[in-house]
Amino acid sequence: MATDETSVATSVSDLPLKVAIPIREIMPWAIFGVLIMALAYYFVGAEQGATSIFSGMGVHEFVHDARHLLGFPCH
Amino acid sequence: MVGQLILRGFIVGIVAGVLAFGWAKTFGEPAVNIAINFESAQDAAKAAAAVAAGKPAPAEDPVIFSRTVQSGIGLLTGMVGAGAGLGCLFAVLFAFANGRMGNLAAGPTSVLLAFYGLVSIYLVPALKYPPNPPSVGEPATIKYRTGLYFLMMALSIASTLGALRLRRLLVPKYGNWNGSLLALLVYLVIIAAFFVILPGINEVPVTFPAVTLWNFRLASLGIQTVLWGSIGVMFGYIGARAAAERPQ
Repeated sequence: MATDETSVATSVSDLPLKVAIPIREIMPWAIFGVLIMALAYYFVGAEQGATSIFSGMGVHEFVHDARHLLGFPCH
Repeated sequence: MVGQLILRGFIVGIVAGVLAFGWAKTFGEPAVNIAINFESAQDAAKAAAAVAAGKPAPAEDPVIFSRTVQSGIGLLTGMVGAGAGLGCLFAVLFAFANGRMGNLAAGPTSVLLAFYGLVSIYLVPALKYPPNPPSVGEPATIKYRTGLYFLMMALSIASTLGALRLRRLLVPKYGNWNGSLLALLVYLVIIAAFFVILPGINEVPVTFPAVTLWNFRLASLGIQTVLWGSIGVMFGYIGARAAAERPQ
């Protein structure tokens, strides 16, 4: 396992320029990835604080400590 | 290919979230608990003052989840959720960056990206609008504060992307070292300008214990460093593997 990873890393560092993925291949996935990130950050960081999709305080109270500790403004 | 990377980023992010939870539980929760006790004492004093003045005591906040749930499964869910989201974003950033950062191999590319991410998405916004424990912050200004925080985050990310782009233009002209330093200088001037232009927020009660505030903010920095750092290191291995598997 460890040897396998080392050999992969070595081969990648030998061929750094050939591994670049074409931009147009990345774009659709980029939108998807950013969307997932925005969704996660929104629910952990802002839902039922500044804006609410669901009513009540359930989401806010459940992730309360994580919201504070990750640095988002909270109540 | 990119889908594979995102799936791996998602898994790496979940593991990073669990590690960040460990840090949060050990170094963050003590400060959170002191802050909540402070808040309860403040509320009790307010209620007593209201009763003494012949007014009805203000209604207490309803308890939806116990402190055990909030500081346990709730905290874990928040950290894992944020980690998984960051992992997906990170995979996309890695897909763009890998093979496009000079001669940098996948591992160093991944760690450098994590550093940029930590600084742009957390550190710079947090320097302007620092994280606050419970009982700090007026509920009435939450929309204003959230808006400013995310605005600062957007400006910070845009500044990093702009500075990296500028570096690319400057390096052929002024060389690697001078070009990089020049881009960094422009970046710092822009960030400093945003810090001056955007309004400051200070809602820390005067009697709030300074040591608790310091410990809380330090814990927050630690959590984010663990989150980004572990994503960067783990993705260095996994991303390198995925990149090597790519049919040439």
